[in-house]
Amino acid sequence: MAESHATTTQGSSRLQSNAPTGDITTGWDRHKFDLKLVNPSNKRKFNIIVVGTGLAGASAAASLAELGYNVKSFCFQDSPRRAHSIAAQGGVNAAKNYCNDGDSVWRLFYDTVKGGDFRARESNVYRLASVSTNIIDQCVAQGVPFQRDYGGLLANRSFGGAQVSRTFYARGQTGQQLLLGAYSALMRQVDLGKVKLFARREMLDLIKVDDVARGIVVRNLVTGEFESHTGDAVLLATGGYGNVFYLSTNAKGCNVTASWRCHKRGAFFANPCFTQIHPTCIPVSGDHQSKLTLMSESLRNDGRVWVPKNPNDSRAANEVPDDDRDYFLERRYAAFGNLVPRDVASRAAKKACDEGFGVGETKLAVYLDFRDTIKRDGAAVVKGKYGNLFQMYAKITGEDPYSTPMRIYPAVHYTMGGLWVDYNLQTTIPGLYCLGEANFSDHGANRLGASALMQGLADGYFVIPYTIGHHLATSKLPKIADDHPEVRGAVEAAKARVTKLLGIQGSRSVESFHRALGKIMWEKCGMARNEVGLKYAEQEIATLRHEFWNNVRVMGTGEAFNQNLEHAGRVADFLEFGELLVHDALTREESCGGHFREEHQTEESEAKRNDADFCHAAAWEYAGGHDSFTGDKEQLHKEPLEFENVHLTTRSYRE
Amino acid sequence: MSSSRGLNLTLKIWRQPGPNARGEFRTYEMKNISPDMSFLEMLDVLNEQLIQTKEEPVAFDHDCREGICGMCSLMINGQAHGPDRATTTCQLHMRRFSDGDTIVIEPWRASAFPVIRDLATDRAAFDRIITAGGYVSVNTGNAQDANCLPVGRDRQEKSMAAAACIGCGACVAACKNASAMLFVSAKVSQLALLPQGEPERARRVTRMVAQMDKEGFGGCTNTYECEAACPAEVSVSNIARLNREYLRAVVVSEEGV
Repeated sequence: MAESHATTTQGSSRLQSNAPTGDITTGWDRHKFDLKLVNPSNKRKFNIIVVGTGLAGASAAASLAELGYNVKSFCFQDSPRRAHSIAAQGGVNAAKNYCNDGDSVWRLFYDTVKGGDFRARESNVYRLASVSTNIIDQCVAQGVPFQRDYGGLLANRSFGGAQVSRTFYARGQTGQQLLLGAYSALMRQVDLGKVKLFARREMLDLIKVDDVARGIVVRNLVTGEFESHTGDAVLLATGGYGNVFYLSTNAKGCNVTASWRCHKRGAFFANPCFTQIHPTCIPVSGDHQSKLTLMSESLRNDGRVWVPKNPNDSRAANEVPDDDRDYFLERRYAAFGNLVPRDVASRAAKKACDEGFGVGETKLAVYLDFRDTIKRDGAAVVKGKYGNLFQMYAKITGEDPYSTPMRIYPAVHYTMGGLWVDYNLQTTIPGLYCLGEANFSDHGANRLGASALMQGLADGYFVIPYTIGHHLATSKLPKIADDHPEVRGAVEAAKARVTKLLGIQGSRSVESFHRALGKIMWEKCGMARNEVGLKYAEQEIATLRHEFWNNVRVMGTGEAFNQNLEHAGRVADFLEFGELLVHDALTREESCGGHFREEHQTEESEAKRNDADFCHAAAWEYAGGHDSFTGDKEQLHKEPLEFENVHLTTRSYRE
Repeated sequence: MSSSRGLNLTLKIWRQPGPNARGEFRTYEMKNISPDMSFLEMLDVLNEQLIQTKEEPVAFDHDCREGICGMCSLMINGQAHGPDRATTTCQLHMRRFSDGDTIVIEPWRASAFPVIRDLATDRAAFDRIITAGGYVSVNTGNAQDANCLPVGRDRQEKSMAAAACIGCGACVAACKNASAMLFVSAKVSQLALLPQGEPERARRVTRMVAQMDKEGFGGCTNTYECEAACPAEVSVSNIARLNREYLRAVVVSEEGV
């Protein structure tokens, strides 16, 4: 596949970012003024489909319904409240400057562009930073119980990649509280009759009429029935694709299917190789492992990361004196210390383990130690800040982190890549929008902590309500009948795929294919990547995919609640998508953010960008058949990235 | 952390092919289960074995597997989410069991949570209760600055403790009356404790309680099984607050309800 990808388009005309030019601080206001509006009484004539009920999906569905649009909201879980945004622990960033420590919209913008290693679109990031303050206001008004000080005002803490305290939090359950806020806004609109809720539905295809997105095909996961839903716009807020690695901090159900089906219908997929490996996760304990659990980045405020200086040190952690410990983040990154961004911290931990300094049975772990903080502040204070995280760690490992340092290791956590969107969050398919983690636009090659919640809610509460009106006001959108050939065609294609999966009746389980794919991805396209490994991975994935379609065993029928069948459909898509991810990593011959190509590093083992050749978003267009996958039908388009406000520099967290 | 000690277990699992089908317990023998596995990973192993022998895998709901989404359930030896306090099934680990144990696994037991298949149940009743009033009526864009209304730290902490509810339904499953009072009281308390919840306080509690009754949940008789089973440690003191809020709403509130 590699050779035939040669056709690339620089500054492709298919990639119109529609971003405002000129003064970045007024760009969003000017852009909003230029967008056409739908008058209040006409809004009720439009039907909008929102797929996914996480922070982006729930906030979008609720806000659009409040404006008067008719909304249908879909999720594969049994309730919209289960979406995986709920698991975000640490916090949400906002440039409120409540701490009087020098924060501003400009600083949040600067930190985010730099944190993303200069691979995000400046205009989007500035908008994100500027609406961040509205998000906190909105959430507080909904009754989100953020942490407060004794005077009754909101508290903040610091997070990686920033030198100010701008992170708002609700214990270690910030994602839960923000999601329940958005969920309550959504359910209020259900009560008011403006949102119709469809839980336990999985999107299996996009319906396009005259090249415009007009609906979706879903499978009712309880009855197995296929349903088509049509409308005037389709919003994907379906999250990230981290489970292509099998082991990740994502929920088990997280998948790429909705995005991938849209990609195969013409939506460009941007920067799939930008995946975030989070430094502080509980290490793998054995072959049975089904998922990995994150320990919030906020722990690095008070925990110190170290390994023994002697790789053969067999003493218990607490018996190793300070002189024999290497606090490697503090040593290497004096200015940021333990609070360097995630990509930097992860690579440093990997390096320590690769060089033989790892700890624990598997030697694939480093210590995160709270001894000094407990000594300074007392165990009660530490419990107040991190109690639920310590409890979770103890449950999973059977060890007490108050008396023994945590063992941590990096794990796949978040995906910066996603469907390519313009400034309006519209994909390359008119009428198809993409929000939250599912799109690619704001985090570049590395996301800073506490910025995912910010982006999901920014997109849903404060961007899409303005931008979608322009599409509705300026497009001809005739009513689509349920028996329209495009509708029937998409339903039949989805049905045929399910029938095919059930008909193979091979001997190898879906789970086993998923694990095999994950192993290839993690070993060859994980924290460090090189040309030989990536080329090997491309071939291995293609071989595995071939075996899947000939030898997978999917149990049961399509006319019932069948979790094995659901998993099979998702793995089938991961087996195609994984190949594109690897190919994107192979094509991007530089190191930036979470994408580390071993061929491109400095003498100090830091990432070495190549701005001359790779200062662009790589957007892949699929031109092959819809029912199968041909890797060489992926064509690369480039959106050049310009940095007029935050100048391209080598990222340094040392001084 | 000993991974050498494998467990041999007997599982008795409720199998029911569909909502209206007749169910039964089936027995499965498990060999050499690692004590470091989570309970759901143990069921993953069982399902892989079943697929090898061409028996349909056991259906069970789960998603985040880190104790926060509320999707996992299971009565394990008669206890909602199993034997550990403040722990969801997905966070329960096999080191809690002993070699030779028999483990009985059932779905949530409550008529308001009908079985979909095997161990998976329908908990949409909880969504409908929230729909009846578990929110603050504030449109996007309406909000004033977040620091305009101070909230005392004690109130905020109490509100947060109630808001921690994950909506799993263990409280209902553990209750002999299948009462949803702990769930409803958690949301009512969270918002009643905050100034933002004040304007709709009476309407909220009356509508949510009415919906709770309509869904067929039972009444509360103060046995506190709900609190004991709650993985988020939501306190029964919230039920007392719910009762006060309800009384206030129907007797003294001037808010139209």
